[in-house]
Amino acid sequence: MSRAIFFHIFVKNVYSKLMNMIKNIAQFYFNGFKNMPSWGRKLWLIILIKLFVMFAILKIFFFSNYLNANFDTEEEKGDFIIEQLTK
Amino acid sequence: MTDSIDLSTVDWSRAQFALTAMFHYIFVPLTLGLSFIIAVMESLWVKTGNEEWKTATKFWMKLFGINFAIGVSTGIILEFEFGTNWSNYSWFVGDIFGAPLAVEGIMAFFMESTFIAIMFFGWNKVSKKYHLISSWLVFLGANLSALWILVANAWMQNPVGMVFNPDTARNEMIDFWAVLFSATAMNKFFHTILAAFLLASIFVLGVSSWYLLKKRHISIAKKSILVSSIFGLSVSLLTLYSGDTSSRDIAKIQPMKFAAMEGLYEGKTHAPLVLAGFLSTNKEGIEECKHAIEVPGLLSLMTHYNSQSFIPGIKDVINGYTSNEGKIYLPITERITKGKIAINALRDYKSQKKKGSALEIDKSLKLFKENYHHFGYGYMKSPKEAIPNISLTFYSFHIMVSLGLLFILLFIVSCFLVYKDKIEKYRWILWANLICIPLAYIATQCGWIVAELGRQPWVVQDLMPTKIAATNIDTTSVQITFWIFTLLFTTLLIAEIKILLTQIKKGPKEGDK
Repeated sequence: MSRAIFFHIFVKNVYSKLMNMIKNIAQFYFNGFKNMPSWGRKLWLIILIKLFVMFAILKIFFFSNYLNANFDTEEEKGDFIIEQLTK
Repeated sequence: MTDSIDLSTVDWSRAQFALTAMFHYIFVPLTLGLSFIIAVMESLWVKTGNEEWKTATKFWMKLFGINFAIGVSTGIILEFEFGTNWSNYSWFVGDIFGAPLAVEGIMAFFMESTFIAIMFFGWNKVSKKYHLISSWLVFLGANLSALWILVANAWMQNPVGMVFNPDTARNEMIDFWAVLFSATAMNKFFHTILAAFLLASIFVLGVSSWYLLKKRHISIAKKSILVSSIFGLSVSLLTLYSGDTSSRDIAKIQPMKFAAMEGLYEGKTHAPLVLAGFLSTNKEGIEECKHAIEVPGLLSLMTHYNSQSFIPGIKDVINGYTSNEGKIYLPITERITKGKIAINALRDYKSQKKKGSALEIDKSLKLFKENYHHFGYGYMKSPKEAIPNISLTFYSFHIMVSLGLLFILLFIVSCFLVYKDKIEKYRWILWANLICIPLAYIATQCGWIVAELGRQPWVVQDLMPTKIAATNIDTTSVQITFWIFTLLFTTLLIAEIKILLTQIKKGPKEGDK
């Protein structure tokens, strides 16, 4: 019985420490972004626009993975490449 | 065998890859080198308690942040291109390329991005020492990222530690350590990161010199010049040394690239080192260096520690030669024949596998394995295809070396003047330091031109020529994305320069706690 209680307290302690740590990390980032100077905000805007252009436009519309898009299995891909290399 | 691939697609894919890689590499060296300078300055603050070191650290950290933010993830576009434009290549090298890049992604990039947050947001929130450790870990993470990428690149120049699997058409890694610690990988890593440190030193030296010219932030500028000139002089000498060892490795594993770097058409014993020269086209229609200022015997001496040793020229690599160590290099025509045998054997192996004739399967496989190291030559129609763009390789190499020597001189003079505490009185050296910032970028870009154009026609040395590596896709789509990238990259570059210049003009925030 006492062992079960000890285990329960131990888990509770670990859980609360873990939650505190996550809270502190989140707070750290939140404050960091909140107190960011204007040049920092400008940079984040550039990063977000860049990532949007790269992943939402370029990757989807122009850069599909050729082999994944045209073949289903690894064997088919390998056969296609051998055909390309030997024709 | 190459008729079905549209060469204009290959050329546009190459142009797009070169544009992306060169743009990405505008940001990389400053990130690699500046992270070290920042960590050193912060260490000096922690050790001495002098607040000026903290101000300097915060100022250079700001410029580091701008450069990092604009450059971050531009390298991911290269990975998009691998999958779309270079699918044959990506499949062919997949297992080798995948491992170092995965390690880079998991270990180095996450390390870098975690500690960068502490570096920027952690002032007055974490202890001095914890902040300092974070700064050093950012430096370590950035440089570890570079290590894995350069290992992957080095493998393409010198494919070791792998075996080709004819069933899957992939090269499979059999010796991770051979890939990681090949002489080419180590030379490439050290030469590249040292050159990056050199560029960052010149950047700090140049910007600080501008403050002295403007008579602003004099004390912090002098402190920055002290760190950057000492660090710059050390790394520029090491860059010279690593460049020398790298060249010796190239002479051994990529003799054609080496001959192109030197503009050497006919091989020579007691070969001279060309200090400066011009190329002209000979009667065979190949460019060679004829009008040059050269030091007799020095190239032989530097390459083999023997001034009488033989250095093969382009003609020798094409016609075949015997090296100083007695190793026989076959003529390209013979390698083309053997390469075609390997390609046909691979085709036969695959078709025999379907038919199930064990004897024929073994026969084809044996023939394929015997000739695999000539595989890529089988796609060539003439030996001349094995020659890279000589003028770009030759001039880029000589510009890089000349600028490298100029930078050493610059650091020596700056170190001396800062030691004598007289640097602000010599305006010409301050101007020279400032002018050298764009020259350092030119030198590093030239280095990559030598490395990547000099190794053409190969994407994987001797095994896969670039024209076979490309995906047979519509040229128009590659052209469209090329122009989108040109627009995107130009905009990003303008944004970076504008934000960077604004912050430089504002200068360090003195007295900022």
